[in-house]
Amino acid sequence: MSQPDEPTTGGTERRIGVYICHCGGNISDYVDVEAVREALKDEPGVVVSESPVFACSDGTQHDMIDDIRAQHLDGLVVASCSPKLHQVTFRNVAKRADLNQYAYTQVNVREQDSWAHQHDRAGATEKAIGLVRAGVAKTRLSDPLEPLRIDTVPSALVVGGGVAGLRAAIGLADLGIQAVVVEREATLGGWVGRLGATFPDDTSGADEIAGLVEQIKARRDITVYTSAELTGKSGTFGNYAAELTLHRDDGDKVLTVGVGAIIVATGFDSYLPDVGEFGYGIDGVVTLPEFKELVDAAPSGQLSYAGRRVRSIAYVYCVGSRQPAGGNEYCSKYCCTATIHASLQVARLDASVRQYHLYRDIRAYGRNELLYNSSREAGSTYLKFADDQPPAVAKLAGGGLGVTVTDLLTESRELTIPVDLVVLVTGMVPRENAGLTAVLKLPVGSDGFFNEIHPKLRPVETVVDGVMIAGCCQSPRTVGESVAAGLAAVAQSAALLKKGYAELEPLVATVDPARCIGSGECLTSCPYDAITRIEWDGRSIASVDPATCKGCGGCVPACGQDAIDLLGYTDAQMRAAIEGLIAAEPVKEAVS
Amino acid sequence: MAVVPDPAGATPRILVFSTINISDPGIDLAGSRHLEYPATVQTMAVPCSSGLKPSWLIHALESGFEGVFVASDGEECAYLPDCAERTAAIISRAQAIMSERGIPASRLKMAALCSVCAEPFANYMREFSATLLALRPTAAVA
Repeated sequence: MSQPDEPTTGGTERRIGVYICHCGGNISDYVDVEAVREALKDEPGVVVSESPVFACSDGTQHDMIDDIRAQHLDGLVVASCSPKLHQVTFRNVAKRADLNQYAYTQVNVREQDSWAHQHDRAGATEKAIGLVRAGVAKTRLSDPLEPLRIDTVPSALVVGGGVAGLRAAIGLADLGIQAVVVEREATLGGWVGRLGATFPDDTSGADEIAGLVEQIKARRDITVYTSAELTGKSGTFGNYAAELTLHRDDGDKVLTVGVGAIIVATGFDSYLPDVGEFGYGIDGVVTLPEFKELVDAAPSGQLSYAGRRVRSIAYVYCVGSRQPAGGNEYCSKYCCTATIHASLQVARLDASVRQYHLYRDIRAYGRNELLYNSSREAGSTYLKFADDQPPAVAKLAGGGLGVTVTDLLTESRELTIPVDLVVLVTGMVPRENAGLTAVLKLPVGSDGFFNEIHPKLRPVETVVDGVMIAGCCQSPRTVGESVAAGLAAVAQSAALLKKGYAELEPLVATVDPARCIGSGECLTSCPYDAITRIEWDGRSIASVDPATCKGCGGCVPACGQDAIDLLGYTDAQMRAAIEGLIAAEPVKEAVS
Repeated sequence: MAVVPDPAGATPRILVFSTINISDPGIDLAGSRHLEYPATVQTMAVPCSSGLKPSWLIHALESGFEGVFVASDGEECAYLPDCAERTAAIISRAQAIMSERGIPASRLKMAALCSVCAEPFANYMREFSATLLALRPTAAVA
């Protein structure tokens, strides 16, 4: 900790504290931390330079707070680990010392320096000097910003009344958040509500949905609208006005509900093969959902199709999945296990049915592997075909169907298997949701499913504040995985709404009215409609709504007048940081 | 793989523009896995590669960086569905300016980098460094 002294200007108005962390030895074993501190101590604006052993320790945090107060610091730079780990920690240090938290810059000299250059101490040290110098340059030009504080209402809208949406609604209500469920269909339950036994535990999907619906009926804090859609959204995060259109026999009715968050759980559609694709359209060739309906409805002891007893079945896997570029390139990951499970149902109905599974790869992961083993023990035969040699399905001259396949596991022999029924194991495809996508401005990936911010670290949040996605509208997944995502969205919603207010990052785009000539180039660059025209000083210019702006900066290069800046990444800051990075000279080892 | 220390400044200096949510975690992971690449590679993270100004890329090249590498989100961008196309357009605009100023287009490179693309990043850096080294005048190399 530095000793208090009289403020000095040092040739600049800013007073910045720089802390270069040893991280035990994680940084200092590979970077000459003292040389970095020495190089930075006379940088314009730097009035405190320290090199703590652990910057994140309680003791060092207190020292920083003391320095900020004693030295009247108005900027803070910590060179340590990735901002993903400790940016919030040091922003809080700044807040505790009454320093604007956006006058803090974290510099990554561990993951992106010491750990990557363990055999180049001089190089890693020179790099660290440049990185810290760039951080100081950005901090020197930082503006004091405040998070946008938004009051929130303790209610949430759930779009989609399938298993993920219904379970999420109950979860919200359990946490004291009013839930409104809007379902496009006339009945609740989605795909799961139409299923009999489901894997992994044979529970009936219809029974599970019925149980959830009973719970919802018994609660006053959940409202459900069926045959209804979300058709409009206004207001801002924390207090959206959601416009619902209810399709009723006597015409559409529109009502508006106030909600703080929105959970989208609109599910999926099943892939529908083209006529002729693997014989689809021939009598006796069905998709997986059609087959499951047949099996669930079958009376004990016998499986029939169109009034004919089924004695043999061929399952053709990966229909509509893992297609070449331009098609559905992804794996739907539930269909292998769903098919294996259905074949076990068939074996229980009639053990004499011959079952042939024609597959590219079996992806019955985790404990679903046990179902795969059980199906083999129950008599199912598995035949593996090559990616470029898919089976062919045709009607046999003597009646019935023939599936021709080259079996890689039996000397690549070509076999024609006569069967009564062919099941095309179809995967999931994104549901048609153009209206909803437009209303919520949801980002859609190249596969057509909705995009989360990060598939692992922020798996249910979208870039639209307060709008979460959950379940198969994100990507193919199982019932359990969909429900888990729904409950994750509940937890995220509660974290946003239970405080009664929320804070948004102020790092948004801003327009310099003096530079803007009103060309309108930026207006079409924002898919979130955050930029509008306003009248300013007798001229039409662009204006950014900070509560709607997502902070991507996509509008910045669209402006031919350089009139738009992204706060935290302004033109001046970026240029100064680049100059800071390149300014470092080769260093000599500090004498310790 | 260890990178031979090169404190004399003979290794090209490269500025990488990464994205906070996707490619920067991939670069972090390269470090966490101790995958070494030249220490002359420095990184600046921005929210989205579609927000980069061509003038920043040019400024880096004219300030002393021999190469600029844009580690974009590609199709994983959470902000903009057309992020890859937008970033490619920014690169094209920058390369047009570079051409006017006599800077070889190959000093600016763009590639999509995912949040776990640690090895691809280290490989990109080694390859780009070699490319930039080959661009140097023969006398400077000798």
